[in-house]
This record gives sequence, structure tokens and C-alpha cells, in this order.
Amino acid sequence: MTVEAREARQPFILLSPALVSVLLLLIVPLCFIVVYSFWLRTATGADQVGFYLDNWREALSDAFYRDILLNTLKIAAITTAVCAVMGYPAAYVIARSRGNKALLLLLLMLPFWISYIIRTMSWINILGASGAVNSLLMTLGITDEPIRMLYNEASVILGLVHFLLPFMILNIYVSLEGIDTTLEDAACSLGATRWRTFLEVTLPLSLPGLAAGGLLAFVLAAGTYITPIVLGGPTDAMFANLVFEAIITQLDWPLGSALSLMLLAVLGALVLLYNHFLGMGQLMKGLS
Amino acid sequence: MDNTKRYERLRDRYRNGDLDRRTFLGLIGAAGLAYGLHTPFARGALAATEQVRFDGWGGVVSEAFRQHAFDPYTQKTGINVVDGTFGGGDEYLSRVKASQPGEYNIAHLSGVFDYARYHGLGLTTTLNEDNIPNLQYVIPKLVDVFRKVTDGTLSCVPYDYGTTGLAYNRKHISDEEVKEKGARILLDERFKGKIGGWADWRTRIWYASLQTDQDPNGATDMDAIWEVLRTHRDGLLKYWSSGAELMSLLAEEEIYVTEAWSGRVYALQEQGHDIGYMDPPNGFGWQECLFVIKGSPMEACEELLNFMLAPETSIAVAEGQNYPPALDPTKVDLGAKIPTLPAFDPTGKLDGLTFADPVYWNGNEQEWSKMFGRIQKGY
Repeated sequence: MTVEAREARQPFILLSPALVSVLLLLIVPLCFIVVYSFWLRTATGADQVGFYLDNWREALSDAFYRDILLNTLKIAAITTAVCAVMGYPAAYVIARSRGNKALLLLLLMLPFWISYIIRTMSWINILGASGAVNSLLMTLGITDEPIRMLYNEASVILGLVHFLLPFMILNIYVSLEGIDTTLEDAACSLGATRWRTFLEVTLPLSLPGLAAGGLLAFVLAAGTYITPIVLGGPTDAMFANLVFEAIITQLDWPLGSALSLMLLAVLGALVLLYNHFLGMGQLMKGLS
Repeated sequence: MDNTKRYERLRDRYRNGDLDRRTFLGLIGAAGLAYGLHTPFARGALAATEQVRFDGWGGVVSEAFRQHAFDPYTQKTGINVVDGTFGGGDEYLSRVKASQPGEYNIAHLSGVFDYARYHGLGLTTTLNEDNIPNLQYVIPKLVDVFRKVTDGTLSCVPYDYGTTGLAYNRKHISDEEVKEKGARILLDERFKGKIGGWADWRTRIWYASLQTDQDPNGATDMDAIWEVLRTHRDGLLKYWSSGAELMSLLAEEEIYVTEAWSGRVYALQEQGHDIGYMDPPNGFGWQECLFVIKGSPMEACEELLNFMLAPETSIAVAEGQNYPPALDPTKVDLGAKIPTLPAFDPTGKLDGLTFADPVYWNGNEQEWSKMFGRIQKGY
């Protein structure tokens, strides 16, 4: 083998563990799901093997699935916007702090040490009828009976923001850390106020981080199913709940496969759009 | 003396009143330990099966099983019982369907319709009833319905029964009001936002049948049922999906009224919560069984089933989980607490309970579960 041929093969050899992992853990299961989506569920719950388009026809033509999908995208968008508004100042404070940056980053990571389900359920003790907030309000005489704060769309968004805010902050923080602060100093020395410096220098340069955080928050929010179950009311289901229900409750794996591929396609399209306009580099930087 | 004989002697002493329950269970443990120390080869023979997996409903039920059945069984046989939990039968069946044979062994299933579904999917086994002599103490009616599904054989043993009736907070709703309104109290505008409901399509349709004056095992006007389900949903705070969530919602006064599992309500009452419970006419009666799944180590499972059906174990578990055992009260003295449990039938005939017809429910499962899923989400 020539030196050139050996050098040409080297990247593939180095990448082979990752490629095998992706193949076995992502591509192969995805292929199974695609195949399943063309099968049919029978009355006994067993699957009828074959090539049927019934599941796809139902998933794509039924207004029920379309409406829940749109509602899911709406909730994900609101969650992302709230995370961005809340996350930016926090990320800015961490990025510009001098002595206690490591401590602030540690505090940011602390919630990840506790199970997501526990963190979600903790809101029941905070906002429930006999939770901390209602108890305080009633003790102070502000209200006579508990105010209903749980089991609605707002509490679902709250739970999602609680879960996703650290992802957003980390991405913006990484972006802010990469900005050369002498640019801000230069703007100030040219007479710009601190606010104008922020608006015209810092914010534009940190937008890739904001976009990366937004994409992550949106995709994760759109794919969640625990939060609506724990904090949602009767009509606050999201699309992942439909997938869960089809597969787990109705034992309809073929329809569940079609629905999960539908969600994957929508979210995949959003990622492609992001990649087209902003590139994946910033997202990878944020994740690392 | 072999271990089985030692166990049987202890059991006779317990039955005769020479030993209290705590001492009895402690001695079983000691016997198990001694057995392990003195006859390691015999233990080795049993070790071919090192563990049996059991899945149940969690919460107080799991605690009762662990304390009164699994730990003593492990001490007796050296076989570890790994216990898992599930929130509902549908969810569990999907896990079993996705598993390898032998991964799941014994399940605490509810309703004959679930047994029939497992049979339909080819997941049943055939128990050697000679290895389960304690089956003789079980109420015959509870056994016969399973035999009909599996051509005279059994893949499970009945274990307990109970009801899904109406639970209500007496601070806000009186016993008289529930008695007067029956199942319709779940639709009462006055309690809008304070009503709960199990996210289970069968229970929902069963109660909708009662609310529309139809036979729960043969409703004919399904449009009326769907409409009532929508009305119920609009007044609902939340669909609950586990016993723990049901208890939390009632105890925290998030909801004032819901349909609920009799044993869980009894547990709340024992904890001092002023929760009332009533089975409306034609309320949902159910029986639970210990079902052995295809691919399981049969002898180890049969031994565990026999151990769990032993009156001492069965009564202790029943007292712990607050559901009457499947034991026939005309054959076995069930003690003082069990006759006070909701749904208990002293005659052993269970004529007062309405059970779900497996053919009717399983025949409509595919369509109705999907329809309920839509209504549940606002459609």
C-alpha cells in the first residue's frame, strides 16, 4: 500500500468507532422504525407484517395529529423565547464576572445532578393547592383559597423553561466568552454608551450562541412528553405524548413509528434550516 | 429435615396459634439462612434459577409484596425476587412485547381481559397445578374465568380483587350527595376543576356507561358515551395515571372527587384523610392475578406462586395492600382486618361485583382506546 493510500484511509480508521456507534445506535434502529411504520396493528395487538400505507395516510391526513403538532411547535417556540429572554442576562453576568465564574458555572450545572422527573414534579410542591406559594399567600391573607396555578399550558411552559434554561445559558455564555472585549472597549472609547455598545457590538456577535441555544431548546421542548403528563391539564398533550400513547397504551407500534418519524422529519427540517443559515459549528461549540 | 418440611411445620404452628405472624416470618428467614449454610449443594441445585422478576403496581402494594412475600421467599429458596412496577396494564404489555423471552416472569395483572390479551399474543404458559397446592384455597369463580380463556389450563393464579368506585373528600361532598348522584357526580358543574379521572379508556367508558344508564358490559349508544366523556374532560383538573398520583391528588385536596381504586382509598383513610368511598350500582369490579409469562423458569415461578397463595402470606399481603385476597372465606379464616376492606365478599361468591367481560372489551379495544385518546386531548 502506498503512503498516499494509507493516509487516505487513516481518517476512516480513526473515525470507525464513532461511525460504528452511529450505525448501530442510530441508523439501524431508525431503519427498524421506518420498516415498522409500514406494518399494521391487528385486533390482538400483534403486528401484521407487510407494506401498508395506512399509518402514513392516517398520520398525514388526520387533523388531530396536525393540530397537536402545531400546538407542540407553539409551546416549543414560547418556551424557547422565554429561555432566550431569561437566559441572556444570566449568561452575560456569568461571562463578564471576574472572580466567581467557576462557581456560577457550577451552580448552573447543579440542576443536572437531579433527575428531570424529580425537578418537574417539584413544581407540584411549589405551585400546588397546598404548595409553598399558595400556603404563603393564604398565610399572608392575600387569598382565602388556593389559586390554581398547575395543570395548564402555562405550567407546562414553566416546567420546560426550568428544564431548558441551562442549555440556553451555556450556549450564550460560550458565544459571549468568544467575543474580544477590546471591541467593546473600542466602541466605548469612540463615544458609544454601554447600552449602545451592547446593542451594536456584543449582541450581534453573540447571536450565533443565542441561535444555537434556541435550536437546542426548541428541539428538546418539542420532543418532551414527561412535562405535559406531570404538569399539564387534560388538553395539554404534546406530539410526543401521541407517540407514547400509540406505542405504549394502544400497543400500535406501526402508527407510533409513523408518528415518531413525522416529528423527526419536522424537527430535522428545522435543524437543516438552521444549518443552512447559521451552520452547525456554533451548536457544536456550545455543546462542547 | 428438609426446608419445605421445616416451612410446613412452622406454618402449622402459626395456624395453630403457637406463633405470631412476625415470629413466623422471622423463623422462615432463619430457616432459609440455615438452609443456605448447611446444604450448599442443595442450594446450588436451586441456583440454576437465581432470580425471578415480578412486576406490579408499585406503592403500598409493592411494599406489601416485598415485606410479606418476596423477602421470606428469598430467604426460603435463595432465589432473589427482582420487583419492578408499572402504571398500567397497557404500558406493561408493551414492555413485555418489546422484551426477550424470560426477561419478565410474573406480573400482577388486573382483569381477565388482560389475561386474554396476553393469550392472544402467545405469551401464556401452562402452570403445573400440582406444584401449587395452595390453589385449592382460592375462590373457584375467580379461577374458572381464566380457565375458559386458556382451554382449561392456567397461566396465572388469582390473587386479589377490588373495585374502582367513587372517592370523594367529605369536607366538600357528603356521603348522601354521592349516594344520590352516583357516577354522575363526576360530571357535576359544582366541582369543575376539582374532578379527577384515571387515564384508562376502559374505566372511563365503564363510568360513561353508568352515567348514560347503559350496561357497562354492553353499551349500545357510543355517541352518548363519547359526549359524556367530553363533558367529564371539560370539568377535569387532571387525568391521573398511577396510584401514587391518585393518592397525592386526593390527599393534597387538588381534587375533591374521582373514581379510585378501593385499596388506595382505604390506605388514605388509614392515614387519617377524610376520604369517602362508594361503589355505585354496577361499579367496576376487578380481579387481579399473578400471571407467568412465556419463557419464565416455571418451577421457580410455581413455587413463588404457591408461597404467595399460602394463607399466611396471602392474608399478610392483603392486609398490607388493602385488597381482599382471592382466598375463599368459606375455606380460610381471613382474620379481623380483611372483612372490613372495601369490596370484600364474605360468601366467596362475588355475586355483588360486576366484572368486565373480556370478549366485549378486547373486541372494542383498538377502536375505543384510540377514540378515548382523542377525547382526552380535547377532541
